[in-house]
Amino acid sequence: MTLLDFARGPAMQFAIFIFVFGIVFRLVGVWAMRHKRDLSEPRQPSAWKGGIHGLIQHAWPYKPFRDKLMTDYVIGYVIHLGLLFVIFFYKPHILFFQDIFGFGWPALPNGVITAISIITIGALVIALVKRLTDPVRRLISNFDDYFTWFVTTLPFVTGLATAGNVWWHYETGLAIHLLSVWLLLIYFPFGKLMHAFWFGVSRYTTGSRFARRGGMA
Amino acid sequence: MSDATTTDIPVDLESKRLTVTRPDIRFDKQGELGDDERVQKAMQHFAKDFGYIAANYMEACVHCGACAQACPFYEANPDPKLTPIWKLEPFKQAYKREAGPLSFFYKTLNLKSKVTIEQLEEWQELLYDTCTMCGRCTLVCPMSIDIATLVGMARHGMFHAGLVPHELYTVTEKAEREGSPLGATPKVFADRVEWMEDEHEVDMPLDADKADVLVLMSSIEIQKYPESMAATGKILNQMGKSWTFHTEGYEATNFGMLSGNTQWQKDMTMKIISTAEKIGAELVILPECGHAYQALRWQGANMLGRPLPFKVQHISEFLAEAVESGAIRVNKVDKSVAFHDPCQVSRRGGATPAPRKILEALGVELREPESTGNLNFCCGGGGGVITIHRADSLRYKIMGNKLEQLDATGAEMMVTSCSNCRQNFDDSGEKLHWDKQMNSLLELVAENLVEDTKS
Ligand code: SF4
Ligand code: SF4
Repeated sequence: MTLLDFARGPAMQFAIFIFVFGIVFRLVGVWAMRHKRDLSEPRQPSAWKGGIHGLIQHAWPYKPFRDKLMTDYVIGYVIHLGLLFVIFFYKPHILFFQDIFGFGWPALPNGVITAISIITIGALVIALVKRLTDPVRRLISNFDDYFTWFVTTLPFVTGLATAGNVWWHYETGLAIHLLSVWLLLIYFPFGKLMHAFWFGVSRYTTGSRFARRGGMA
Repeated sequence: MSDATTTDIPVDLESKRLTVTRPDIRFDKQGELGDDERVQKAMQHFAKDFGYIAANYMEACVHCGACAQACPFYEANPDPKLTPIWKLEPFKQAYKREAGPLSFFYKTLNLKSKVTIEQLEEWQELLYDTCTMCGRCTLVCPMSIDIATLVGMARHGMFHAGLVPHELYTVTEKAEREGSPLGATPKVFADRVEWMEDEHEVDMPLDADKADVLVLMSSIEIQKYPESMAATGKILNQMGKSWTFHTEGYEATNFGMLSGNTQWQKDMTMKIISTAEKIGAELVILPECGHAYQALRWQGANMLGRPLPFKVQHISEFLAEAVESGAIRVNKVDKSVAFHDPCQVSRRGGATPAPRKILEALGVELREPESTGNLNFCCGGGGGVITIHRADSLRYKIMGNKLEQLDATGAEMMVTSCSNCRQNFDDSGEKLHWDKQMNSLLELVAENLVEDTKS
């Protein structure tokens, strides 16, 4: 079995299993914790609308905070959108998904994907430098923050190397790229990458709690 | 430390802000527990709060640090330790190690270490002295984490570990024992009602057997701004309401909630609820006090275990309805006004529009500061912070920022609807040589009430 066979076979199956099972386990684990009913008289009915509002509202800072936070938000968006475009709109990735789901969708030109990847890596580096130099972020960061950075950045770097065909041996390079993605998937349920789910749960929770009360969060 | 040592300090009634006199020796640890027992108690009580809401907040943090940018304490002193989410570190650590879905890994592999007594002691200042539970950090958090609620929860563990700042513990213990944190015992309250009745020639029913409306006061008002009582009486009489004060349930403040003792919180709330039920009240009016609104309006039913059998309104909500319905009329006040929103009534309480309706009826020119209403910048005195002497210097700094924002409006008159904020403005304003004064919205309405109207 070559490294590529391993990456495409058992490694992939294992990674996807941990990824799916881990996410479900962690989400259900939190959901299963004690729910307390709020018995106070709601100021307004349909708190769920507030939950939906909260989801959207927190996507961008309120006006008084924009000066201080704009750069961080922009960097954050670049990273997240970069991930989205590269994962889902790069031709070889679409072919991979097509294999699994049985259908595909239009791709972005390779040149655009390369540019997006480079910009995203740039944004990831800026985010890391900020984490290391800003005293607040430095204090509150832990292993998870740095490891998450590592497993997120690695597939971009190995992917660029694969697309640019700079490996000494293409197939081994591709295998390394795949393995770096599986590492991301395996780590996903254990660390803060789970914020891909928590952001919705948490924003919805606060939004609906405060819709009940009025006020703002 | 025996409780007597820590609680025998008298209330300093001469000071601009009310708390106990500055203790010569601080006792920031209560009871005789050993260190291990303290940690154990903290963990037990933290665990009680690890429900779904706390859990998803603690899972969600991405360590982005944005919350620091909204916190008045961090703004006054940009020490990274004052980052809102950092204030919860031991609570979070306990959650991850003991309760979260991955706790098995964290514990077995010791990925999160045990919370230590040193940590808890260090965090006393972060959980009590430097958080008013104002909720401003939630506004900027991309995950919308309600840190104020979590700080309130973490205080439960701290209280039971006997790790409450000396003064806050002392006033809380007084409140549980005497019925008031600031010496406004039932007898003092009755005397002051009588005094205000004479002074202002307003009838103020006390201990009526039956009444539609039960009116509460905060100790700060009873002791420091007793005119509030007369103002409330004048307005309710004008409206022809059947109302009463009651010596069995008059105190609106809830230091059980602020310091983190849920049983005491419940005791304090139950006094009000039983009194209201006893006299058949349909409405309980809360005074100009922010956290009282939180305690009864939003947590009261949860303490009782069923919905409250009466309606609860902050006085500003009651007055807004009264001016809107025409139940009272007010004279126009030809002044420009800046309003300071009490966090617990506005952002965290939801009564933000009420004072604005009243000010509109008063015909003032309302000048809003840049960060106002639900986005309001906290005055730095809430959450029990104002009682703690060692928190003074930071509180004054926060107030410095607050005064700048208010002064920038160029308004002639400053108004708020929380007597705790008001005493903070009085105290800090004097320290900072502020050339203005904070006024009560309720008193402003009472002064400008058109007295011949009958509802
Ligand atoms: S609730 Fe207010 S005081 Fe407390 S950490 Fe958040 S912003 Fe700071
Ligand atoms: S702003 Fe929210 S997500 Fe960011 S560090 Fe603070 S609590 Fe965590």
